[in-house]
Formats: sequence, structure tokens, C-alpha cells
Amino acid sequence: MTNKEYVEIINRVSGTDVQKCMKCGKCSGRCPAFKDMDIKPHQFVSLLAKGKIEVLMESKAIWNCLSCMACVERCPRGVAPAAVVEAVRDTVTRMQGNNGIKAEEIPPIVDELIPQQLLVSAYRKYNK
Amino acid sequence: MVKISYYPGCTLKTKAKDLDVTARLCAKALGVEMDEIENWQCCGAVYPMGTDEIATKLSAVRALDYAKHNGGKLLTLCSACHNVIKRTNEDMKKNDDIRFRANNYLQLDEPYGGETEVLHYLEMLKTVVGFDKIKQAVVKPLNRKIGAYYGCLLLRPSGVMAFDNPENPTIIEDFIRAIGGTPVVYPFRNECCGAYVSLKNGNLPKEKSRKVLTSAKEKGAEEVITACPLCLYNLQVNGDNILPVKYFTELLAEALGVQV
Repeated sequence: MTNKEYVEIINRVSGTDVQKCMKCGKCSGRCPAFKDMDIKPHQFVSLLAKGKIEVLMESKAIWNCLSCMACVERCPRGVAPAAVVEAVRDTVTRMQGNNGIKAEEIPPIVDELIPQQLLVSAYRKYNK
Repeated sequence: MVKISYYPGCTLKTKAKDLDVTARLCAKALGVEMDEIENWQCCGAVYPMGTDEIATKLSAVRALDYAKHNGGKLLTLCSACHNVIKRTNEDMKKNDDIRFRANNYLQLDEPYGGETEVLHYLEMLKTVVGFDKIKQAVVKPLNRKIGAYYGCLLLRPSGVMAFDNPENPTIIEDFIRAIGGTPVVYPFRNECCGAYVSLKNGNLPKEKSRKVLTSAKEKGAEEVITACPLCLYNLQVNGDNILPVKYFTELLAEALGVQV
């Protein structure tokens, strides 16, 4: 696929118009994962608007976004940075061999308190 | 006795039985029968934001459609189930493409279009029972300082969830007052605990959970309550036992003198 085709897919899947961003940075200011986001939410939106998707697809940000919707809540322009991050992550994980978690990595980190909800949500977020 | 269709969800049948059992018993004591819907399936635990995601939304639509024909309301208890089911319901109401494709697959007797009202247990306590009635039913007022932990899922996105003010919510504080406790308002009560990232990058939830509990403790809370099994897990396991964390229904049962 060409870069342009990827951008079109991500825009469509995210359901958000990144061109509406006015670069105020409120999304990044509110992001609880800020330190672990190598590309901050406002940068993420801006890079997609510029069509720079390779750097987004290779980012740590797509794995560290908490989907907590704080950025979406604070955006004064109705842009949904979390949905953009998810659309990029979906685009990555839908490719063969690109799942974010591997089944064999799970048993060693499972303790007796771990809720099913954690396993289900992580698999839904990171794997296709 | 008011009867309401109830969606328990995967974790409430396993690791979070305390949440399910105490909620049912307390509801009964307050005149509400939680009628577990038939053949429910796991909601998926996270709302799929991709506009082309359909299969991952179907279990929520099935539950919603069942409730549509069984009283018209669907009661949820786990914050994650509530978030997934309510947001999916909004899609079925307002997103023509998702509604068309979900109905095209499901082939229900009558297409589902978001008719069911999704009601969280806390909303049920407030609107169906009433906090005043709960106050009257309390036999053992809790008399301690309790921090409400809202997290993300009940509040955001507020345009869809319409649960409470997303920046300054009050419903759990009102609940705490009703059961005789003193609510402690602290800055991190609507900040994420670290959620599913626990499985990918354990340091992030550790830092987030400690911040939440430290924030509550600094403001004088003696314990923290939540409606979410994953929040409970993160706060307990990653939060260094800074404060005890319980389900809000456990405190309700204690205050009502309900024997579990």
C-alpha cells in the first residue's frame, strides 16, 4: 500500500478530522501517559495530518495510550487523538505477525488476582 | 419490587464475584430485582473505536436487543461493560453505517436502533431507588473518610456517557454521604489507573495507581472505592497498599447490614 492509502485508511477508521486541530496542546497537557508517549498526542495528530505515518506506526505511543479519553474530553475542536492512535494501532496489528502481545508472554505475568477483564481488554487492544 | 434486565459481564462471574453478589443482595434489599439476561456474552472489555469494527460490537448489541424486549432498560455494574455497551448503543442510535452492518449480520426479528436505556448501578441507586431512601435504609452508618475513584470509563467520553460532570463528578460522593460516610475529594479521582497497559508496560500502571492512592491519602481518605475490577486490581497490586480499595457495593452491603 502507498503512504497516501494508509493515511486515507487511518483517517476513515479514526472517524476524526485531524485537519481541525489548532495545535493548542491541551490533549498532551491532560494525557496521563505523557511520559511514556514518545510521540505526544498533539504531535500524533499533527504528524498524521502531514501524512508521516511510518513514524506513527513504529511509535511506542500506540502501545502506551490508555484510551482513557482525557484528550478527547479536553479538545476544543472535537478532534479525538485517542481514536487516531487506535486507528494507527489497528492498522499495525491487522498485519500478519504484528500483534502487540504474544500468548507465551502471558503466563509468567499472571498472578492469582488478575481479572479476566485485563486479559480480554489487552487482547482486544493489542491483538487482531 | 422493580425488575430490571441485568448484564453482569465476564469478570463479575469470576474474579469480581464480590461486586456482583453484594450488588444483587443490596438491590434486593432496596426493592430492585436484577434479572440476569439470558445467554449474555463478554462485551470485549474495551470499546472498539475503529469505525470499521463491527464484529467486536455485536455482543453488546445482542445484550441491548434482549433488554429492549425485556423491560427496555439494561443495568450494568462493571465500569468497562457500561462503557462498551453505552457507547455501542450510541453507535446503533446515531451511526447509520454501524447500525446497518450490525443489523445486516444479526438478522434480528426487528432491527435494533439504540432503543434500550443503559443504566449503571450507581445511576439506578440515584434515579430508581433514590439516595434519600438509601439513607433511611442504612442500619450501620460508615462514619469514615472514603475516597471515590471514578477512573475513566464511567465518565468519558462525557458526550456519550452522560454519567456526571467529567471534570468534577459528584455521584459517588453523594452515594458515600447516603451510606453515612464522609466523602474525600482528591485531584486524581478521575485519572486513569493504567488500565490494560499493565500487560504491556507494567511501569505505567504502577506509577498511575500510586499517584491515585497517594492523592487520596494526602486528602485524608482511609479507603478508596471503585466500580471497576481492573481499577481495583491495578490499585491493589500496583498501588503498594497505600490504601485499602473496595467495591462500592461492599460498603453499601456493610451500611445496609446485608449479610453476604
